Amino acid sequence: MRTLGVVLQVVLLIVLAPYLVGLMRQVRAVMEGRAGAGVGQPWRDLCKLFRKEPISPAGSSWVFAAAPAVLVSTSLVIAAVGPFVATVSPLDGVADLFAVVALLLLGTVALALAGLDTGTAFGGMGASREITVAALAEPTILLAGFALSARVGSTNLAAIVERGQQAPGAVLSPAWLLAAVALAVVVIAEAGRLPVDNPSTHLELTMIHEAMVLEYSGRDLALVEFASALRLTVLLGLWSSLFLPWGVATSVSPPALLIGVVAFAVKVAVLGVVLATGEVFMAKLRLFRVPELLAGSFLFGLLAVSSSFFLA
Amino acid sequence: MTIGWALLGVLVVAGLGALGAFSCGPRRRALIAGLSTLAVGALGVAAGLLALAGRTFSTTIPALLPLSEASIAVDALSGVFCLLIGGVAVVAGIYCVGYFGAGHAGSRSAQGLLPLFVAAMILVPVAGNVTTFLVLWELMALASLALVLAEHRLRPAVREAGVWYGAMTHAGLVAILLGLALFASKAGGESFDALRGADLPETSRSIIFILTFVGFGSKAGLVPLHVWLPRAHPEAPSPVSALMSAAMVKLGLYGVLRVGLDLLGGGPRWWWLLVLIVGGVSALYGVLQASVAVDLKRLLGYSTTENLGLIFLGVGAGGMFAAGGNRTLASLLMAAAVLHALNHAGFKTLLFLGAGSVLRSTGVRDLDSLGGLVSRMPATAALFGVGALAAAALPPGNGFVSEWLLVQGLIHGLPGADAVVAVAMPLAVGVVALTAGLGVATFVKAFGVGFLARPRSESAASATESPRSMRAAMLLAAVVCVGLAVVPAALGPMLAQVLGTLPTVRDGSPVRGGVTLRLTGIQGSMSPLLILAGLLAVALVVVALARRGLPRRTSLVWGCGGTRLDPRMEYTATSFAEPLTRVFDDVLRPENDVDVTHHAESQYLIESVQYRQRVDDRLEAALYPPVLAAGNKLGVLIGRLQNGSTHRYLALGLAGLITVLVVVGLTA
Repeated sequence: MRTLGVVLQVVLLIVLAPYLVGLMRQVRAVMEGRAGAGVGQPWRDLCKLFRKEPISPAGSSWVFAAAPAVLVSTSLVIAAVGPFVATVSPLDGVADLFAVVALLLLGTVALALAGLDTGTAFGGMGASREITVAALAEPTILLAGFALSARVGSTNLAAIVERGQQAPGAVLSPAWLLAAVALAVVVIAEAGRLPVDNPSTHLELTMIHEAMVLEYSGRDLALVEFASALRLTVLLGLWSSLFLPWGVATSVSPPALLIGVVAFAVKVAVLGVVLATGEVFMAKLRLFRVPELLAGSFLFGLLAVSSSFFLA
Repeated sequence: MTIGWALLGVLVVAGLGALGAFSCGPRRRALIAGLSTLAVGALGVAAGLLALAGRTFSTTIPALLPLSEASIAVDALSGVFCLLIGGVAVVAGIYCVGYFGAGHAGSRSAQGLLPLFVAAMILVPVAGNVTTFLVLWELMALASLALVLAEHRLRPAVREAGVWYGAMTHAGLVAILLGLALFASKAGGESFDALRGADLPETSRSIIFILTFVGFGSKAGLVPLHVWLPRAHPEAPSPVSALMSAAMVKLGLYGVLRVGLDLLGGGPRWWWLLVLIVGGVSALYGVLQASVAVDLKRLLGYSTTENLGLIFLGVGAGGMFAAGGNRTLASLLMAAAVLHALNHAGFKTLLFLGAGSVLRSTGVRDLDSLGGLVSRMPATAALFGVGALAAAALPPGNGFVSEWLLVQGLIHGLPGADAVVAVAMPLAVGVVALTAGLGVATFVKAFGVGFLARPRSESAASATESPRSMRAAMLLAAVVCVGLAVVPAALGPMLAQVLGTLPTVRDGSPVRGGVTLRLTGIQGSMSPLLILAGLLAVALVVVALARRGLPRRTSLVWGCGGTRLDPRMEYTATSFAEPLTRVFDDVLRPENDVDVTHHAESQYLIESVQYRQRVDDRLEAALYPPVLAAGNKLGVLIGRLQNGSTHRYLALGLAGLITVLVVVGLTA
């Protein structure tokens, strides 16, 4: 039954992830006065791309070909171990908050190496920028995680979520609110959304993620696109489980799991809509203003830790 | 076999190996030097394993040293360092057969000294009294100095590195000597047992600790005494760099653990706060310099400063908790530090040997002129990749496990903490996190720019794979790294043995579990093996699915409208690190030179633009010149006393004698 919960969660995330991207695009389209392609378009794109042949640039190595698989597997492992639908899972002790963060970073590294492997100026540029952003986001994640787990006494994700459910006051404490802000900035940075990166741009000055994947095509591109949709879903899911823990199943009875599935879908959809709405009104930051944004979120993380100590 | 026989074997084999290598012709020399280093290392490993299995050994040899007896005492703490050094030596020994055999800088003295250097390193942690310890320490320093200088005929930079290393290592020795001599005189005996039982006043204890910490810290390459490290590591032959960077610097850690926690039996909290601060600063400064370094071996050298910084950060935090009586966290953090020392030894050996393999094949250390090696040296590239993954502290690398333990220890100190801990621990976590992030950037750069894409120079384009013994050595190191990465919990009993030798830390096994790594006393678990299995399983499914579709095709890359792609268009190490250089502008202060050559016909046309960036070690530039200038001045002053007149020297001698007598008379 517990294993069923994990399988359910992974399948749900795989199915939902492209729809989330479709939903966010549709929200933007409607707010910008366009008709939009519909919520299912990313899935249709993926199916089409998956049937097409992958092309490697001349002079690239196995690293380029292997990176999409690594990216997908890191995202799927996180999808399996995180407390998205249920906190009770046989995989609970496998990876905690820090291991999940490190796995996300591993995916980033795989893609950055692939970008460098193409040998083009774009690929190198994207890799360099992506790694810089990831390196600077890392301290914030760990500090915010510190603030959450120090009070719970564990870095275990399920334990933090359960604590949030049992003591709703904890979620509204200054430490959690500050950590929520800090992690929100990091989620936006790691998922490559505005104002850090613009996923729909192809402009040298602003590209980060897109610059790394320019040389991918066909099946490879499908994997990369799918993985980035999955990363976005996982990141929003993690944020919602940590800061809006209600609805996550604490037992594996069918009704609890059903509530967990619905609650997860609703929370992630709402967060996606909020994020997309925000993006409509926002311009991308200059690349060298991004570190300032991340430094700001680092400060929030530090404040979260000190308030979890002084105001607890 | 007992520990005693293994240690005797270390001495005998090292001596025979050195004799053999000195007396043989160039063809046999590499084989003898390599195999004897391997044998010495294997004996060291054996001694270490026996000591970790709970056996102890001690003996004294009365007439070996003048004025004192030679004393040997082996416990689990000695054992883990024997194991670490021996392990690195085994790998380096195998590597040397191919490396020196190919005629690469195979100087007679370097190969002859190699087994002696390893033997000295293995024997340092088994020394049982102050004199033996200092003699062995100095032997190790001299052997390593000679090894650093092995290629002095080829490059002038080697001599400069040798001077820096020689001066720093001996300044460190003086500090340790003063500290231990003071300790022995106050304790009334020089055997470690006598020191352990001594009841000293607080001030002397603090002075002893600070003096020895300075000495051991300089050996460990901690900021600001790290300046020899990024010089000596790149200039030494690569197996020597591996031995120094992976094994020798760890003896600094051994010294602090032995003197601070064992002989002095722990101390007030400010000692360990100091260790924590020095460690944190070293970690950050080291990784920042590494992230902008362009020379591959210099990058690895700075990364050693970073990792030793993290280790000392763990030791400092652990010491703080030990001083506060929290043994659970103290033992967890000490275990994290020792485990990270082992992990660092594993992956840094691998990385330096990989760099040596690249250097042997291309003659280039500059990342900006490497590239494309993944198809020319596939084994070296893949193995270097394993090391880079571990050094970047990403799962499933072994560096991740120990950094994870470190962060766990720091995080759980917060509940019920007082203000000092409450400020120190979050900052320490921030330092570890920023270090981890920048470490990722560093090793993506090292691997991505050095090995991927197309070659940026002729020498990289014509690279060939290294000889079999070098590949075998790297493979062995990689296997050890992977082993440490997937089943760290198996080391639990061993770590418990080591911590058992530290009186204020001793608290059973800090980690346990089989497949899943669990912590004792606090909540926390992680399973590197299952994470790796999950990653591999999903990747296999993806690959299997992909096989059914259309085959992969190779085609030209998009050349922005042009079809001719030049390697000059690729990103280099300098350009990769440019955003980071810009973000940390205030700390790094890079120097940029832009030379614009205008066309002879018109000022508006440009013939060429040359851009150079140099990032100097700012701490060194700020701290060392004044000290060196003062030293010079002092030298000139003292030089004035020496005018060659015997009368003056006799007068000085008399004055000195009278001063000593007066001082003795007044103080007695």
